[in-house]
Amino acid sequence: MPDTPLIRTQDAATPTSGWHSLVSDWSSDRHAFKDVSWGKAMMWIFLLSDTFIFGCFLLSYMTVRMSTTTPWPNPSEVFALEIAGTNMPLILIAIMTFVLITSSGTMAMAVNAGYRRNRRAAALLMLVTALFGAAFVGMQAFEWSKLIHEGVRPWENPWGAAQFGSTFFMITGFHGTHVTIGVIFLLIVARKVWRGDFDSGRKGFFTSRKGRYEIVEITGLYWHFVDLVWVFIFAFFYLW
Amino acid sequence: MSEIVPGADHPIPHDHADDVELYHPHSWITKYVFSQDAKVIGIQYSLTAMAIGLVALVLSWLMRLQLGFPSTFSFIDPPSYYQFITMHGMIMVVYLLTALFLGGFGNYLIPLMVGARDMVFPYANMLSYWIYLLAVLVLVASFFAPGGPTGAGWTLYPPQAILSGTPGGQGWGIILMLVSLALFIIGFTMGGLNYVVTVLQARTRGMTLMRMPLTVWGIFTATVMALLAFPALFVGAVMMLFDRLLGTSFFMPALVEMGQQLRYGGGSPILFQHLFWFFGHPEVYIVALPAFGIVSDLISTHARRNIFGYRMMVWAIVGIGALSFIVWAHHMYVSGMHPWFGFFFATTTLIIAVPTAIKVYNWLLTLWRGDIHLTVPMLFTLAFIVTFLNGGLTGLFLGNVVVDVPLSDTMFVVAHFHMVMGVAPIMVIFGGIYHWYPKVTGRMMNDAMGKIHFWVTFLGAYLIFFPMHYLGLLGVPRRYHEIGPTSFVPDSAETLNAFISVVALVVGAAQMLFLFNLAWSLRRGREAGPNPWNATTLEWQTPQTPPGHGNWGKETPPVYRWAYAYGVPGAARDFIPQNEPPATAAGDGGSG
Repeated sequence: MPDTPLIRTQDAATPTSGWHSLVSDWSSDRHAFKDVSWGKAMMWIFLLSDTFIFGCFLLSYMTVRMSTTTPWPNPSEVFALEIAGTNMPLILIAIMTFVLITSSGTMAMAVNAGYRRNRRAAALLMLVTALFGAAFVGMQAFEWSKLIHEGVRPWENPWGAAQFGSTFFMITGFHGTHVTIGVIFLLIVARKVWRGDFDSGRKGFFTSRKGRYEIVEITGLYWHFVDLVWVFIFAFFYLW
Repeated sequence: MSEIVPGADHPIPHDHADDVELYHPHSWITKYVFSQDAKVIGIQYSLTAMAIGLVALVLSWLMRLQLGFPSTFSFIDPPSYYQFITMHGMIMVVYLLTALFLGGFGNYLIPLMVGARDMVFPYANMLSYWIYLLAVLVLVASFFAPGGPTGAGWTLYPPQAILSGTPGGQGWGIILMLVSLALFIIGFTMGGLNYVVTVLQARTRGMTLMRMPLTVWGIFTATVMALLAFPALFVGAVMMLFDRLLGTSFFMPALVEMGQQLRYGGGSPILFQHLFWFFGHPEVYIVALPAFGIVSDLISTHARRNIFGYRMMVWAIVGIGALSFIVWAHHMYVSGMHPWFGFFFATTTLIIAVPTAIKVYNWLLTLWRGDIHLTVPMLFTLAFIVTFLNGGLTGLFLGNVVVDVPLSDTMFVVAHFHMVMGVAPIMVIFGGIYHWYPKVTGRMMNDAMGKIHFWVTFLGAYLIFFPMHYLGLLGVPRRYHEIGPTSFVPDSAETLNAFISVVALVVGAAQMLFLFNLAWSLRRGREAGPNPWNATTLEWQTPQTPPGHGNWGKETPPVYRWAYAYGVPGAARDFIPQNEPPATAAGDGGSG
């Protein structure tokens, strides 16, 4: 504004906490988020947009579950496995959820190792995270093939409302795609970390920019998001 | 208006942070075709949008021929009429207006106006354009697909959109349409993330958010909205694709078609309407907010006055953006929703009139006692204000449930939305192109051609759309191939329709003059110099015109003041560029 004699750069005295610091950051020049790189800001905003996609998917699922006239299949029975003679409801989903949440833990450790310039540990932990992710997608593939074997199709299933299969394949498929993309990115970044690209300043293939260890954290943001989305899918689809 | 004095306390630091490693093109292809420079990408977006816009223009001609002279043209049968309507609407709203404002103006202006060297992720930005182009090609392909493009109306409401009674419903039309929309959204997201992060994190020294030109505010807010609204359309498109291709029933209730029970059952058609309008209503403002911003800058520059109530203007933009997410169901008053919803959505809709009115008043007060130069951009800007006011007022009619219900699906609605989000934003696009063309090419556009173009377009638009309000009040329905004799529409309506059609042909032809002017001025236009309008914003202060690779010289420009320092008392000139140090601005005009 014209009537405020201001120029707030990083060196100006600024409050450090609470609403004042927020206002002071947003009314300063150059960056609205201090010490946040472009890549990290982009990932956060992308995730906000992606939240709306998953939100719309889940809301649509709830709407068709209410609009359909035929009864909804019972998830506890549909997603049960017969293991050693006992019928265990939701056992596979429980394992999948556990695996995915564990992978968030290893991801966080990878970020830590990356910032400590512990290349070997960071790359290995990312690899472990990717393995957990791949295991998740593998179990999902198993679940899909089991259901398909039992006659579940996007347009019909033996137990009730056709929308059960439609929303199941659509939502878990969309989430599984996210996990798969995450695994691929983890592998790419892990390779770069292992090779030491971020120490040597090697430039990216397309962008001609140098990478930094922060990319580990940015990949981690995406990974945790995918994990968080799964919690909602788990709650709304399997537990409801 | 106090200046920032870079004294001992707060020296403007040198440009050390954010060492952008620009992508340096090595060949003609990487410089002009697969370019990572936001300026080139902006031009690519604009030209593609205008090219597909020409298709929409021809479609509107064909529709008007049918409406004005029914039963005359045998090649316009009912199915093709619906296809023309659908494709015209979709192209204009998504592929022209959204792409041109955000992809075109956004790419070209954001980095220049905030003093950045380029967008923050040039490679993603380049991909954004090429995916957009792919989306346009898929859309165009549907014209040549068996069965032709979809004729479901631009709202694509199921169940009719994917049934055999609708053109393209059981053919390729609807599939290509939905795929094209999904591609558009993916491409837009790549660009949109760029625009948002560039505005938030890559401004130059001294450029605070509250010193940004309103153009940037408008495009920025619209982009944030688009990133949150397009997901709903994406989800709707994916689900309808599944309904069409896999036989799922997300949107499809149990149906009997031609005496045959279809496989569908249990879905919710209203769900699609909610998803569509959760995208569709913000979309109106995604188109309008950049127009608001650009108009504010054009008014201020061509009336040589600072914008009135800058802070209010910014908050009005943000407020309209936020409110537009809770009004969507006012498009669904006749869908059979619970009346309480109508009550809620009518209230929120009418509340939007408050920030919108603030903006209109502020534009008028900016003009008040201004030194108004009736240049071509200014003419278009003034035309925008009256047109937007007009469309906004009919919006108040349609926002009320009781008035909307009888007017729903009549020509009144057509007149309303063409005024408010058709003609008005296009006026701004024209104004913006006439205004920034000198910066893009280094030459002025021809003034005489520009004025002819303006008057024909402006007066013609009113001759076309004003009578439509009357037709709508008579009860003439929209989206009818031919209404034939009725008890309530007098014969004179037919004469009026013929008149509208003739004017529409003339106005369409006037756009060819605009395109000719664009091409002609490229070589023969008057040399513009770096700052032909004596404007203050940063894009006019670039070391080269057109701006070179990286936009600025060695250092990005420091910003000392807001973007509206026009007619400052005691200043040497009637404008002070944002990057002019205070000492020279207040001095004896030595900097001339």
